[in-house]
Amino acid sequence: MKVLWLQSGGCGGCTQSLLCHEPRPLFDELRDAGIDFVWHPALSEASGEEALAVLEDCAAGRREFDVLCVEGAMLRGPNGTGKFHLMAGSGRPLTEWVQRLAEQAKWVFAIGSCTAWGGFSASTPGNPLEACGLQYDTDTPGGLLGKAFVSQGGLPVVNIAGCPTHPGWVVDTLEKLAIDGLRTSDLDEIGRPLLYAEQLVHHGCPRNEFYEFKASAEKHSDLGCLMENLGCKGTQAHADCNTRAWNGAGSCLKGGYACIACTEPGFESPGHAFQETPKLAGIPVGLPVDMPKAWFVALAALSKSATPKRVRDNAVVDHTVIRPGVKKGGK
Amino acid sequence: MKRIQLGPFNRVEGDLEIGLDIDAGRVVAARVNSPLFRGFEQILVGRNPADALAVVPRICGICSVAQSAAAAAALAALAGVTPPPNGQLASRLVLATENLADHLTHFYLFFMPDFARAAYAGRHWHDDVARRFTAQHGSAVAPWLQARARFFNLTGFLAGRWPHTLALQPGGSSKAMTAAERIRILALLREFRAFLEGRLFADSLEAFAGLAAFDELQAWAATRDGDFALFLRAAGDLGLERCGRAADRFLSYGAYELFPAGLWQADTGAQPLDMTRIAEDVSHSWLYGDTPLPPAQGETRVDADKAEAYTWCKAPRYGGQVVETGALSRQLVAGHPLLRDLVARHGGSVTARLVARMLEVAQVVPAMENWLRAIEPGKAFCLPAPLPDSGQAVGLVEAARGGLGHWLSVKRGRIERYQIIAPTTWNFSPRDAAGTPGALEQALVGLPAGDDAPPTVQHVVRSFDPCMVCTVH
Repeated sequence: MKVLWLQSGGCGGCTQSLLCHEPRPLFDELRDAGIDFVWHPALSEASGEEALAVLEDCAAGRREFDVLCVEGAMLRGPNGTGKFHLMAGSGRPLTEWVQRLAEQAKWVFAIGSCTAWGGFSASTPGNPLEACGLQYDTDTPGGLLGKAFVSQGGLPVVNIAGCPTHPGWVVDTLEKLAIDGLRTSDLDEIGRPLLYAEQLVHHGCPRNEFYEFKASAEKHSDLGCLMENLGCKGTQAHADCNTRAWNGAGSCLKGGYACIACTEPGFESPGHAFQETPKLAGIPVGLPVDMPKAWFVALAALSKSATPKRVRDNAVVDHTVIRPGVKKGGK
Repeated sequence: MKRIQLGPFNRVEGDLEIGLDIDAGRVVAARVNSPLFRGFEQILVGRNPADALAVVPRICGICSVAQSAAAAAALAALAGVTPPPNGQLASRLVLATENLADHLTHFYLFFMPDFARAAYAGRHWHDDVARRFTAQHGSAVAPWLQARARFFNLTGFLAGRWPHTLALQPGGSSKAMTAAERIRILALLREFRAFLEGRLFADSLEAFAGLAAFDELQAWAATRDGDFALFLRAAGDLGLERCGRAADRFLSYGAYELFPAGLWQADTGAQPLDMTRIAEDVSHSWLYGDTPLPPAQGETRVDADKAEAYTWCKAPRYGGQVVETGALSRQLVAGHPLLRDLVARHGGSVTARLVARMLEVAQVVPAMENWLRAIEPGKAFCLPAPLPDSGQAVGLVEAARGGLGHWLSVKRGRIERYQIIAPTTWNFSPRDAAGTPGALEQALVGLPAGDDAPPTVQHVVRSFDPCMVCTVH
């Protein structure tokens, strides 16, 4: 399966993340699954005219490829010219290259939240960059390719959202496509592969016991739950970050900071400070998905009243001060 | 004379276009175009100041932690807080991990594949280099990706993930390392050292860091079969120690308490930095502005149709002069005898920039081992850092590619101004109002170019390890 990769209004971090693939080195993993790059801006030898010739052949339908992976927002400005990113050496807007190549691709993948929804580039007040995602303007269908776009393989844009994407989300989706094919039923309502988006970040959170008892962190580096005070949206964000380790052992929660829901459209402009939880009458405005507010309030009150001293005390310090008790005789 | 546009200039971070005027097979003038504009300085204005910690890492996927560190430093200065020793050491470990990984990602994935090009077939080193460094397929690629992924596990422990972490806070680190994690991270560092000493240097880090003169380095390269020695043999054959000289003024903001801040020139030696001498010129950028402005008063307003402009990049100058920043600058300011010797002979060069990066790798890994041993689990990693309602602050760090500065102004609890000068903004700046070309533009003049020319231009451009997404941001 041939993959063509382009970058535009983003930071390149999804590629850098991809290179962290484990356990096997990225190229070995992909090669043995029958996947290789036609061209990738950060990784291929071909440069300048040679690279442009490859892209032109693909865009003109002279050279076959399967998946177009785009990394970065589509910058249509200023005034529709696309000048905020003319592809080097070609003098043509990157958006034009993407439109031409998307027509030829069997499948189109948006790599990262910038590409899927527009991301940070689209978040300047008034959006002077005229930035958008491939098939979304934040959470509104449309974007560069339009609401009705379907690639030759019969799918809308596959939104591998995340800022950055986990290497496994990209590699597993490519491999799923290569092995089984991808169907609409493999994607959620906004085009994200269910193989990582059918979970919530909350699932497997290492702070779970603190969450259960609403034993909350009050300041950075505290061990407690980050939902009540420090802006955590793990109970609302779709991704498997706490069951699929980042960089061998990590996740945002393990790193001691809030999930800012980077897989969700509009995460970059939450309407409040990223690391603070907005509240109404002491209750977080953003409640866990699927949970009625009254239930949450009742459950929180009950669990707070039942919090063991160990959990309450450990929540507000940066290392365990009370260890779990050891039962005598294993009973 | 003819004019050519080279691009997409790949195997750099981001998109890059180089315009060359060529006469008789040599470059007579170069213009560097950073073709992508995203407007992060506007994205930041009006936000809660602490939001910078979530926004700025997303400027760059390869210098993400450096951006975090600069923002955290600026916010710490604004709050008047000094992180506790554990917090400083943990943040420093995360930044060093990124910086060293970047040096080697540059070496293995971005820079060396050009030496595997068919244009060099027949050179005595070409078969070995092609076998080892061909893009994506060379035998060195998989071991490096494996070592890189494992090394970045350090950020899994200390920063949650890489890139784009919120662990670096103005008050220290949001992650308090446990005693158990400390043991596992020490093991990761030993694993990384084993890769470096086995594959990259084929020698101990301390032995390589102790090389004190260019002659010693050449003698060392002749007897080693590691990956860096292979580069040195190719570079010696191609004379790359005489290629890619820029302005020979070297700027460093200082790093890790190992590398001091300063400006180094051969005739004056290392001078202390005077930050008031930094100003950004936009005469050749698609931005409004008449006179160079210090970053604390800087502006970023698009003027997309400006006639004389050819890039989105500003032209930072120090005292009105072009400077170069990066690992080579850090070594020259710090006074390492090997780099001082190399630059005394030929000025800044492709070889000097590469040697400086590897020297830094050899010096910083042992330092990381010491920082880790100095961490005391159980003691504080982070202090509260409440921010004042108004004020100005600067955050300066050394990213892999050189000095990175964030100039922050807060008014009534909101970001009023946020200006960033990234390393490649210095190195790949366009001409200024006086017409003086930027560092890379100078370094390209005189090189062979055009049809049938060897890929020397490729080596010189990539010797700076440009990060184009940081450059304009």
